[in-house]
Amino acid sequence: MRAIGLSSYYVLVKEIASELRTRYALNALLMFVVTTLSVIVFSLGSEHVPYEIYCGTLWVIIFFSAMSGLSRTFVTEEERGTTLLLQLITSSNSVLLGKLFYNVILNFAITLITAIAYLILFNDFVVRTYSIFWLTLLLGSVGLASASTILAAIVAKANSKGTLFPVLAFPVLVPILLTAIKATILSVEGGMFNEAFPDFQVLISFTIVIIAVSFLLFDFVWKD
Amino acid sequence: MISITLQVKNIAKEFNRKKLFENISFDADAGSAIAVTGKNGSGKSTLVKILCGLLEPTRGTWVLTVEDKKIPHEEYYKNIGLVSPYLNLYDEFSGIENLDFIAKIRRLQNPSTIIESVLEDFGLFKHRKKEVKYYSSGMKQRLKYCAALLHKPEILFLDEPQSNLDSEGISVVRTYMKQQRERGILIFATNDEDDLSYADAVIKLNSLNIEK
Ligand SMILES: Nc1ncnc2c1ncn2[C@@H]1O[C@H](COP(=O)(O)OP(=O)(O)O)[C@@H](O)[C@H]1O
Ligand SMILES: [Mg+2]
Repeated sequence: MRAIGLSSYYVLVKEIASELRTRYALNALLMFVVTTLSVIVFSLGSEHVPYEIYCGTLWVIIFFSAMSGLSRTFVTEEERGTTLLLQLITSSNSVLLGKLFYNVILNFAITLITAIAYLILFNDFVVRTYSIFWLTLLLGSVGLASASTILAAIVAKANSKGTLFPVLAFPVLVPILLTAIKATILSVEGGMFNEAFPDFQVLISFTIVIIAVSFLLFDFVWKD
Repeated sequence: MISITLQVKNIAKEFNRKKLFENISFDADAGSAIAVTGKNGSGKSTLVKILCGLLEPTRGTWVLTVEDKKIPHEEYYKNIGLVSPYLNLYDEFSGIENLDFIAKIRRLQNPSTIIESVLEDFGLFKHRKKEVKYYSSGMKQRLKYCAALLHKPEILFLDEPQSNLDSEGISVVRTYMKQQRERGILIFATNDEDDLSYADAVIKLNSLNIEK
């Protein structure tokens, strides 16, 4: 266990160092967030929109940034021929765990940036129960990141890399998205923290199932 | 010398029902050098990948034993090193950063001494801080050797050992091949006559490629 923890930590450090040098994902993600936010700002103008719409579009942005950025984690290794290097120096579980941590961190950072921009830009988007809001963002983005990590691993080995991803991702991610949107609406409506418990339970259990399935599947995916 | 044995029995590989090779059997133990040879496309690289535990064969078994302990296939990475044209190091990192990463993830004791000595041997010490994307193909090949040798593997696999190397590089590789043989098993895929004469057993792959 300790060995896996330590090697996955080095995989994580490698991912971060590599991202800071190459900016494979970060630039694309930030551009995506900035573009979609400006489109929403310009198209709404001074119109008043129901708060449910804001909650929905917030998660649409988080969803697509998770899908576009994180889906590249294994494809870049495959394209550059470094998959073989990782296979030769560490166990499959360490690779999966390291990549998973990296994606969770990256996705949560993007989620926070998007959410803060929402709070600043849209006057009609007022959160009343912040505890629900932040916890939903955390749980939702961890769930999305875990799902997109294993899907990215599957897609990197498939021949039709790009197209397969959203198709595979959709059914897995719909429950997470709908629950996250529901809890976000609750936070805007000023619901009590314990009213959001069932939603948190759904998000947590979905994430646990996804991660457990990931570890079972990854061995088959990782080696030819 | 510690006891290391590799027993390969009746390995066969097919891709899409096309037979690449079959009935590959041999035994090797510490001190032996085995060469794999055959035309382009005869399956040398594929056989090496299988023996490294990276690819499942269609049939057959192979067992690696170190000090009477049978190593599970998913743990082969601890005991083997591979230099292959299909292997790449991280372009955006320098030579020494790549080796540092490998040493850390393998949890080697005293990594900096080992790293410095292999870099020195392969003539990369003065280029160690250069990003790998600025390396020539020969320098990349040399760095792959450094990467494969850091942990002093029980079995060293070399797929086309000489590719991209100049005569000086080849002579360093020869030295390490000899050292490997003193320590464990050396398995290499090549068509070079000099290399072949160095082996004590040669496995010749005939292009089967027969439609089943
Ligand atoms: N993943 C694969 N799927 C289908 N065919 C493959 C695959 N990998 C290798 N081959 C085929 O197997 C043959 C042998 O390849 P290889 O082992 O690289 O030969 P060598 O190293 O002897 O030149 C080639 O014809 C190649 O096209
Ligand atoms: Mg080959």
